[in-house]
Amino acid sequence: MTLLAAEKVAFRYGGHNVLDRVTLALVPGEIVTIVGPNGSGKSTLLRVLIGALKPSSGAVTRAKGLKIGYVPQKLHIDQSMPLTVRRFLDLPKRVSDHDACQALETAGLTDLGQRQMAGLSGGQFQRVLLARAIIGRPDVLMLDEATQGLDQPGSASFYRQIEAVRTELDCAVLMVSHELHVVMSASDRVICLNGHVCCEGTPEVVSAAPAYRELFGTGTGGALALYRHDHDHHHHDHSHEAAE
Amino acid sequence: MLDDFVVRGVLAALGAVLATGVLGCFVVWRRMAYFGDAMAHAAVLGVALSLAFSLSIYVGVIITALCIALIFIQLTDAGQTADAALGVLAHTALALGLVIVSLLSGAKLSLSAYLFGSVLSVGITDLAVIWGGALVVLGVLWWQWSDLLTATLSPDLAYAAGIDPRRKELLLTVLLALVVAVAIKVVGALLITALLIIPASAARQFARTPEGMAVAAMIAGALAALLGTQGSLMFDTPTGPSIVVAAAGIFTVSIIAGRLRS
Repeated sequence: MTLLAAEKVAFRYGGHNVLDRVTLALVPGEIVTIVGPNGSGKSTLLRVLIGALKPSSGAVTRAKGLKIGYVPQKLHIDQSMPLTVRRFLDLPKRVSDHDACQALETAGLTDLGQRQMAGLSGGQFQRVLLARAIIGRPDVLMLDEATQGLDQPGSASFYRQIEAVRTELDCAVLMVSHELHVVMSASDRVICLNGHVCCEGTPEVVSAAPAYRELFGTGTGGALALYRHDHDHHHHDHSHEAAE
Repeated sequence: MLDDFVVRGVLAALGAVLATGVLGCFVVWRRMAYFGDAMAHAAVLGVALSLAFSLSIYVGVIITALCIALIFIQLTDAGQTADAALGVLAHTALALGLVIVSLLSGAKLSLSAYLFGSVLSVGITDLAVIWGGALVVLGVLWWQWSDLLTATLSPDLAYAAGIDPRRKELLLTVLLALVVAVAIKVVGALLITALLIIPASAARQFARTPEGMAVAAMIAGALAALLGTQGSLMFDTPTGPSIVVAAAGIFTVSIIAGRLRS
């Protein structure tokens, strides 16, 4: 079953092809990561998929009644708007205290409800965005560079949270990131985008693909090594936690 | 009771500020102050055209304000910056209104009432229109509150939730035109934006949620309406500007109180 699919989607902006016949499909439960250099159309693709942009040609199809949880690249809350974390979780629909609490917990937070959004740290803010996105138990969770402004350990722990969320909600995850090694460690499938889809497959396949190496240089051999390393490390961490 | 012009005036002012208080929160959150100003200035043109064609002032004002908003969208789509487009439109509408009025004989006197308001001269019909309009604005805001808030916070979050933020923006524009019509006899075209911005800004100091801010803005607005009309009777000053001065006083107190608290 396909939840969300793009069929030969093209998007032109200012006489320039930002997206060129991009085809992709998302099935339940998988984590797909879109990687690509700056200006490769990653964010544009996500915005086409959520319906914020109309493709110039091609089509986006969604499963009937598909619920999307979206974590934007950045969210600017005007300082003129007072907004507690709890109230933010109520957008766009009111949710029960129980659901709100559970979503915060799943996102790795506790007891922030009465805090003002403006007073949160970068990491807390991103996790609140994640909590809001998962509150309605979405079929697809979409994240656009969700770890911007987090340091390396911060974003690594954020992506571990994503894996935990996927396991708990059994939703598909589609994310965009430039942090190759961290993201790839958590992905089932990687799509390398540069206007068009250069290559796709498991993290190992993509890292070895010539098109990928051309885009990110041979230095990415190191990224794969780091990926291995990170991966081992996670298991290490987990076993520690289990032992405690 | 409604025979008393003071009672009518106070009621008219209260009706107007309840609507401007809540809608003003969106104007502040979305930084639409200048946009509101342009629509209010367009109201002067609306009044002039209404006088020229013997239309209802309210109808003329709403239509003109909406036309200005439409032209604004066209201009910005065509590459003008929002700032410049609003500057051109606001002052063109104001100037054109003044020119048209000068061509109409005997209309000069009545125009000043629409520039600076004349709340103590409102009749029963005006009162009905003001409260009717205000209740429509408040009702629509109540009904669409969550969607409007989501669209204001982030268009992309709205899209992902199946809400079209452009339609919500259009809705706010229509409500703004309605509020301009509701408030024009109370404070006049030149000061309508004040009733949108000042109560909401005063309310910001005390609010923890958007709803709290909306309620506090209504309270601040109502207080300003009561103090302003009272003051204008006491000191024989024009009522509309007096209400705005009272609102500014409340804003100042709120800032000081906010400072003291933190």
